[in-house]
Amino acid sequence: MTSETWLEQALSQSLTKPLTHLVNLDQPLDLQGYVQAGGYIGATKALTQLTPKEVLDIVSDSGLKGRGGAGFPTGMKWSCVPALQDESKQAEPSYLICNGDEMEPGTFKDRYLLEGVPHQLIEAMIIASYTISANKAYLFLRGEYHVAATRLQQAIDQAYENNWLGKNIQGSKYQLDLYLHTSAGRYICGEETALINALEGKRATPRAKPPFPQVSGLFGKPTVVNNVETLSNLPHILKHGSQWFKDLSPNSDPGTKMYAACGQVKNPGVWELPMGVTIRELLYDYAGGMKDDVNLKGLLPGGASTDFLVEQHLDTPMDFDSIGKAGSRLGTGGLIVLGDKHCPVAMVLNLLRFFAQESCGWCTPCRDGTPWVVEILTRIEQGKGSPADLAQLEDLCDFMWLGKTHCALAPGAVEPLKSAMRYFKDDFEQHIEQGCCPYKSSNNEQQGEQTESEKRVREGVSQGGENDE
Amino acid sequence: MSNNNSDFSVHPRIPSIMVTDEEIDFRQYLSSAELSVIEHEVSIMETREAAGIEALKIVQKHRGWISDDSLIAIAQCLQISSAQLEGVATFYNLIYRQKVGHYVIHLCDSISCHLTGYDEILKVIQTYLGIGYGQTTPDGEFTLLSNVCLGSCDKSPAMMINGQHYHSLTNESVVSILNGLSQSAGGSV
Repeated sequence: MTSETWLEQALSQSLTKPLTHLVNLDQPLDLQGYVQAGGYIGATKALTQLTPKEVLDIVSDSGLKGRGGAGFPTGMKWSCVPALQDESKQAEPSYLICNGDEMEPGTFKDRYLLEGVPHQLIEAMIIASYTISANKAYLFLRGEYHVAATRLQQAIDQAYENNWLGKNIQGSKYQLDLYLHTSAGRYICGEETALINALEGKRATPRAKPPFPQVSGLFGKPTVVNNVETLSNLPHILKHGSQWFKDLSPNSDPGTKMYAACGQVKNPGVWELPMGVTIRELLYDYAGGMKDDVNLKGLLPGGASTDFLVEQHLDTPMDFDSIGKAGSRLGTGGLIVLGDKHCPVAMVLNLLRFFAQESCGWCTPCRDGTPWVVEILTRIEQGKGSPADLAQLEDLCDFMWLGKTHCALAPGAVEPLKSAMRYFKDDFEQHIEQGCCPYKSSNNEQQGEQTESEKRVREGVSQGGENDE
Repeated sequence: MSNNNSDFSVHPRIPSIMVTDEEIDFRQYLSSAELSVIEHEVSIMETREAAGIEALKIVQKHRGWISDDSLIAIAQCLQISSAQLEGVATFYNLIYRQKVGHYVIHLCDSISCHLTGYDEILKVIQTYLGIGYGQTTPDGEFTLLSNVCLGSCDKSPAMMINGQHYHSLTNESVVSILNGLSQSAGGSV
């Protein structure tokens, strides 16, 4: 496809797929290309025609909610910044941080935006920084996203060269310095106060709230932390207006959403769709349905730290309210799909191992609770569990729940565990009654294959050895 | 298998000679390239300690890992205690506080890879290299580590070797990748 045809096609979707219409994972648009495709119009409008308060009002009116998992209204988050409550405080230092520490297992939506259209995020960060009167912004990127890091740094350099960053941006009085910070791999850095500690060079344990970062965040100054996808909506909301944003979605949660599916589906991927597409549509129309000949056992609707949903929930719209009413959370909007030939206990064990490893260790319920759950689940999965173990797991779910921990990591671990024990109760009990994993018979077949594959590997090793010589 | 690798990872790291902070002068220890990156990072943050992660990463990039001496030198440079910097260094999965091989394999073991056959890929790698998690091959070429979700769930199973990502792994593709790296490693010696 020529670049003209690509651009033409892309622009035809600018009003329906604002976030992704310019995504090009092979070769993202440089600054000139992005401007030609309609980029930086939103930022120009903000800097030249609107006061910070007016930008805030547009974003508040659009009803944009945070896309990082919690779904908190963005306008409300910003409005707590002192500079927006009292104009005399605009000169005081404050910071914008873009949370690009995408480490929630089963979540990969932000990577598309970071790698595929880096200038969109920079434009968004200019708008957000201007609104909260921040003159310094940090883009906090997870350490493993090397491609994104290279592309973002190039885009930042281009933005400086073309006066989209630095002093007197595009002739305005506004100044912004934007820095890319790459992390070194730790899940908890995605929690906003832990992220702030990480940026300060401290051990990245979450902070107690209050004070909230909007009042006292990075280096003790007012700080707003927003997710990549949340911010990426801003250029489009400013360009097309808040009413357009609300009209994108058929229900009360406005805008589009980066939905994804992975696990045991035919066609895993990311799709930008109107907020509120049903799980069934996402699973069957976009992700191609279940892989091979497996049937749906259950799914996590928005990353590893959300509750399981099952067959009966398939017609639930994927928006914050509806998924909440179904007993789970929209989270990051990425389905993790489990088929009926895979052991749900093994799946939950994998999830809890992750949370136990990534617990920062600050508070006892999380530090001790998550490995304890792993120990019990391991026992059950190996067929050595007892009915008392199930009662113990229930107790632990209670000990690690909201209000008893320092941050949301342990409650996030409880969500898939507790819901699995509800929906897959029979599976847990069968492990205990039968003294083995009931899914083992199919595992045995796999193990036979593994012996074969191990043989092939050994042959490969000896061949490699010969070549080396 | 463990005999080859009993030096580290199996046992906790205990320095044989205790080095005190005073015995290292960071100005002599750190290279000018390392110092300039660290000072640049300091210049864009409000405090010297905020450059900690970047400093650890740049020294690791030059030297492969963070030794006790490196840790002490960086801490001096940033005017913080080495104990404080150790708390930061050990917090992150991608900072190596033990010597690692020329190639560091980070195999994703999170949920999507778990659901799409990560177990088998792990066995293939372990059989090929003759090492387990946390170990390094006797020739010092490969270290095997697990990694939390690499964000490649649409192309799982996935792994990362020296910053390069590999997707949609099969038993065959993993062997072919490792063969390729083994040969280039052999050639460079």
